[in-house]
Amino acid sequence: MPMEVLPGPAGYIPTPAAFEGVELPAPGKALLYGKIVDEEVAMREAAKAMLTRRNPTIFPGPLVLWGWNAGAMEKAKAVLELAMEIPNCRIIPMPDYRPKYPKIDPEAEINPNHPNLTILHNKIEACIFVGVHCHYANLSLRMIRAGTNCFTIALCAEMGHEDAMVSLRDVHAEEIRRFRDVLVQVREELGIKWEPKLPPENPSLPKEEYQTLSVLDYGEYSYLLIPRRGEHVTESE
Amino acid sequence: MPEQKVVDADYLLLEAPRERKFITGAQAMAEAVKRANVDIAIAYPITPQSEVMHLVGDIWAQGYLKDYYRAEEEYGAMSAIAGAVRGGARAFSATSGPGLLRGLEAIASWPGHRIPAVLGVLTRVVNAPLSIQPDNVEISYLLNCGMVVLHAENQQDVFDFTLASFVISEKVDVYIPIAVCTEGFFVTHAKGYVNMTPEDMKLPPRDPYKAPVPPTDCEIPPARIQRDAPVQKSNFMSYLIHAVWQQEIWASNIRAMKYIYKYLGGPIEVVNPEAEVFIVASGCAAAQGREAVRYAQLEGLNVGLVKVKSIRPFPEKEIREVLSKAKAIIVPEHNIVGWLAKEVKATIPNNDIVIGGPRVYGGMTLPVELIMEKVYQALGIKKEKKVVV
Repeated sequence: MPMEVLPGPAGYIPTPAAFEGVELPAPGKALLYGKIVDEEVAMREAAKAMLTRRNPTIFPGPLVLWGWNAGAMEKAKAVLELAMEIPNCRIIPMPDYRPKYPKIDPEAEINPNHPNLTILHNKIEACIFVGVHCHYANLSLRMIRAGTNCFTIALCAEMGHEDAMVSLRDVHAEEIRRFRDVLVQVREELGIKWEPKLPPENPSLPKEEYQTLSVLDYGEYSYLLIPRRGEHVTESE
Repeated sequence: MPEQKVVDADYLLLEAPRERKFITGAQAMAEAVKRANVDIAIAYPITPQSEVMHLVGDIWAQGYLKDYYRAEEEYGAMSAIAGAVRGGARAFSATSGPGLLRGLEAIASWPGHRIPAVLGVLTRVVNAPLSIQPDNVEISYLLNCGMVVLHAENQQDVFDFTLASFVISEKVDVYIPIAVCTEGFFVTHAKGYVNMTPEDMKLPPRDPYKAPVPPTDCEIPPARIQRDAPVQKSNFMSYLIHAVWQQEIWASNIRAMKYIYKYLGGPIEVVNPEAEVFIVASGCAAAQGREAVRYAQLEGLNVGLVKVKSIRPFPEKEIREVLSKAKAIIVPEHNIVGWLAKEVKATIPNNDIVIGGPRVYGGMTLPVELIMEKVYQALGIKKEKKVVV
C-alpha cells in the first residue's frame, strides 16, 4: 500500500514517497496524495487548495523565467494567466539553483537549498512549482513536506513528482490553461468572487520599465542575458 | 560503415527484427554501442575490458562514434566521461577489477551529478595478488554508489542490457548511470549466439535538454546558470539538501525498475516456479545454476532457478514473492564475500534457509557438480563420494 502524500510537517528527515511505493503516473493520469487518478480529479483538488489555503504562491523556475525558446515564452504567459485567476496569488521566482550568499531574501526568491525559508517567511500554505528542473523540484518538494504545512502542486513538463500533494505531468502552456479553466470553474462553485488581475510586483526586485529596460538592470544576472565580449568568469560568487 | 537510420527507442528494443550471430561477449557489447548512437567513448585499457574498448575503437574508426580516446588512467577516464555527459554527449566506458576501483571515486560521484552514462564492467580479480582471471567481487563495490547495476549471464544479455541501458539511463525520472556487468573471459572472450537488431538502425541521439538538471556550459539560459557546484557550499545551505539529494538518487534508482520491466522483461527470470529448492544466481553463476536445474530434473528433483538480472535496484518484492514457499535457497557465486547471498538474506524473512554457496573465486570455474552438492545437502540426500585414483 503506497504512502499517502499529505502536507507536512513530516518531520526531521522526510521519507521519499518513491521509497514507500508511490509511482509516477502514465501519460494522461496524475498523482493526488500519492495515488494515481484522472487529471481532472487532481486539478480540482489543486485548484481548491490554491483557492482556499493561505497565501497561495506560484514558484516559476528557470524553464519558464528565461525566454530561451518559444515554448518557454508561451508557458510563461500561461503561468501569468493562471496567477491572475487565483485571488491574492503571489509569484516568487526560483531563478537558479545556486546556494545564496550570505543569505536568501525570502520575499524575493525561493531556492532549492532551503525552500522552507521562503515558505515559512511568507506563511505560504499552497504553492505551485512550474518550470523547475525535476531534480531540484524533487529536492524542494521533499524539504517543504519535511518542514512546513504547505500544500504543494507540481506542474511538470516531464513525468511528475511523487512528493507533491498534486502532480500533473506533461504540462506545457496548453495544459496550464486547461488547469486555469478548471480553477475558474472550482472558484465559481465555491462562490469566490474575483476579478482577474496580475499578482503584485515582487517587492524586493527593482521595478521593471519595459520601455527602458537594459541588460544592466538585471544586476548579477546580466551575464546570463548577454555575455560581455571576451568575458571569462572565474569566480561566480 | 552502413548508413544508419534513427529509429524510435521502443521500436529498436522491442520490435525491430533480429539477426542471429555467434560472437563473444566483448563483441556483443561493442555491437550494442554501435547501435546506441554514442557520441564519445573514453577508457583506459585493462584486461579483460581491453577487448571491448578495442572493438569500440574499431567502430569509432569506422565512423559510428564521434570521438574516442584513451585516457591517462581510470580516474581520468571516468572524470572525462562525467564532463562529456554534463556537456550533453552520450558516453560509454568500460573497465575491469582494479581499474574499476581506481575510477571508483569518479564513478561514485556520477549518480549525484546526474550523469546518465553507461559503464561496462567486465569483472576480474581485484589485486593482490595480481591476477587477471574472472571473479566478480568488484560488483560489491558498486552496490552502494546509487547507480543501476545489471548483471549479464551471457552474450545475449550483454547485448540487450547494454543497448537498453542507454535508453533507461536517459529517462528523465531515472537519469543516473548504469553499470552493465558480466564475467571477464567466461563471457567476454567466449562465443555465444546473440540475436541482434539490424546494423543499420540506431537509437535517437541524446537530447540533453530532456533532463532533470540543466546541462552545463551551453551558454544559453537556463543551462549556464549552474556553473558552480551547488552542493559543495554547505555554509550557505541547509544540511537537509544533501540528505534529500541522496534520497533523490535512490528514488531515481527505484524508478528505473519500471523500465527494467519494459525493456528487459523484468529484474528476475524464474525457471520452475513451483520448486521446493531454488538456486538464486546472477551473471555466469546463473548459467551454471540453469544447468544444475537440468541435472536435478534428470534426477527427478524439484529444483528451480531465480536469475537476478538487476542487482540495483534489487528486486526485493519479486524475490520475496517467488521464494515465499521455498524450503531451501542456494546462492552460487563467483566471489569470496557472497554479496548476492547477503542481498537475498536481507530480503526474505526466513533467511536461515539460505545456503550461501558454493563460491569460487580467483579465476576458478564453477562446476555444476558443486551446486548439485548443495542441492543434495538441502534435500537431505546423501551421495557417496567416489574417489578415482
